[in-house]
Amino acid sequence: MSALRAGPEAGQAAGTDAIRIEDLHKSFGPHEVLSGVSLTVAPHEVICLIGASGSGKSTLLRCINLLEPIDSGGIWLLGQQVTGPGVDVNMVRRRVGIVFQSFNLFPHMTVLRNVTLAPMKALRMPKAEAEASASDLLARFGLADKRAEYPDRLSGGQQQRVAIVRALAVQPQIMLLDEVTSALDPELVAEVLDVIRELATAGMTMLIATHEMGFAKDVANRVCFLEDGQIVEQAPPAELFTDPKDERTQRFLRRIVQAGRM
Amino acid sequence: MTSQDSFGADPLNAPVAGSVGAGAGLAGSFGASGRGPRLLSGGGRRAVAVSTASTLVVLAALVAIFWVAPGSAAVRHTFFSPADMWQSFIGNPKKGYYSVGAAIWLNIRMFLVAEVLILALALVIALVRQSTSPVMFPFRVLAMVYVDFFRGVPLLLVVFAIGLGVPALRLTFVSSQSAAVYGVSALVLSYSAYVSEVYRAGLNSVHRSQLAAARSLGLSHGTALRYVILPQALRNIVPPLLNDFISLQKDTALVAVLGAIEANEAAQIYSSTVFNFSSFTVAAILFLILTIPLARFTDRLIDRDRRRRLAGAVT
Ligand SMILES: Nc1ncnc2c1ncn2[C@@H]1O[C@H](COP(=O)(O)OP(=O)(O)OP(=O)(O)O)[C@@H](O)[C@H]1O
Ligand SMILES: [Mg+2]
Repeated sequence: MSALRAGPEAGQAAGTDAIRIEDLHKSFGPHEVLSGVSLTVAPHEVICLIGASGSGKSTLLRCINLLEPIDSGGIWLLGQQVTGPGVDVNMVRRRVGIVFQSFNLFPHMTVLRNVTLAPMKALRMPKAEAEASASDLLARFGLADKRAEYPDRLSGGQQQRVAIVRALAVQPQIMLLDEVTSALDPELVAEVLDVIRELATAGMTMLIATHEMGFAKDVANRVCFLEDGQIVEQAPPAELFTDPKDERTQRFLRRIVQAGRM
Repeated sequence: MTSQDSFGADPLNAPVAGSVGAGAGLAGSFGASGRGPRLLSGGGRRAVAVSTASTLVVLAALVAIFWVAPGSAAVRHTFFSPADMWQSFIGNPKKGYYSVGAAIWLNIRMFLVAEVLILALALVIALVRQSTSPVMFPFRVLAMVYVDFFRGVPLLLVVFAIGLGVPALRLTFVSSQSAAVYGVSALVLSYSAYVSEVYRAGLNSVHRSQLAAARSLGLSHGTALRYVILPQALRNIVPPLLNDFISLQKDTALVAVLGAIEANEAAQIYSSTVFNFSSFTVAAILFLILTIPLARFTDRLIDRDRRRRLAGAVT
């Protein structure tokens, strides 16, 4: 865990939370997207983030992965503060995988090379070892026969599974998933959700932004509803979906039901 | 040098490696299904016969006009005299003129050396201009000024400035190089400005999300550039790069003004010694022999690119 931070004065304040976010603020120009988000995620916990389009779910995940600089507040991962000076961002990112809505596979590389690039270049893993563990991971997610294919020869569901495997290949302790099924045809959604379920069963700590309410109900230990740049309400899915306390959550869920998405 | 704007600026349609195979499926067709305008269109034997006939008619017409022109005989003698063409091609030092055929080797060598240096220097300039770190700010400004300057100043003036200015400084070593070295330096300085813009268009053609994806895996910025961004960028810019190198090949002739005995200068010496311009015709033919293969090769790459894009759009 000390690998997350270069400095010797690494803060241990947050104990053993996998993720701790305190009063996080983030603006794009005049537009404050996150205005005081606080969230704690325990190890092996699966959290789903729900909220209207534009509510800042992606921005929150990108901040945690340090892809976006934050304005104020703090983020602790595995007990180490990762916001502030002296943090080795590459080291942090190896511990926190992120998968995007749009796959973002490298189109000029085969599936195998997509998966082995980071282990080889970031973790300095020998090629044979990287390929062996990549092959294991690909096989585990039903992609063994796609090793030599280029991404544009794969279906969307296969591409997204490769993207998940690619993120897993650096052996992260936390996975951030940003609407990983939104770009998929309905019949391909299930295969990707199955992969995420398997990860949850294996004990992966996950923070998942999703529009799939049924899936959130099914897989999440806790669901967080995001609006106006804040987490308005968080509760176990059984509670949040059936008996939302906050009026904004109620309104959001009513709209989802009306749209036939739950 | 030509505008590169039409290349590599479209991330959505950027060609990708995996579609090569898919493109092959379309190779047999033409027109709407992806061949684009080709020099020799498909359509079988009849089409070949028609295009051959029309080529012959056009050629015959041009030759006829040339032949009946009032000054035709004089022009044929001064520009197309076979004896003079041969003499200037092989050269004759005793009579005071050089072989144009041998001199073209200097052009080729200058071109090859300049090309390698341009590719390297232009990449550095492009990467500096694309950098975002505040530390790089002064270098970004410098790179921008450099590109603005060398794209704005005519190449000939740069050749003069380097070829006459640097020796006049009378520095050790730097001021005592050959005309060819100064010429190549001028070509490198000037072309690097253009080629860096080609690189930049290529880098921009790779969608930002590719960089985010690479960085999110814990790859450093440099590693992400090296393995993820640059390979995709380069694939997109090969045709415009080749285009610039076609003009670089013939711009090596500008080094003649510094007295380097390259093909153009050898032809000039012949014409002023013998008072016949056929030597220039020889030089022109030699330059064409150099540039035409590269031009056709560029066409083929552009064609392949188009097919790939269309194949990508189909899937
Ligand atoms: N790089 C950026 N520059 C400027 N504004 C941005 C940027 N990224 C996001 N935003 C803005 O921040 C707000 C939140 O965006 P974000 O993508 O985080 O929402 P989201 O909850 O993920 O929405 P969706 O469900 O549509 O994915 C939006 O209003 C968006 O326009
Ligand atoms: Mg989003």
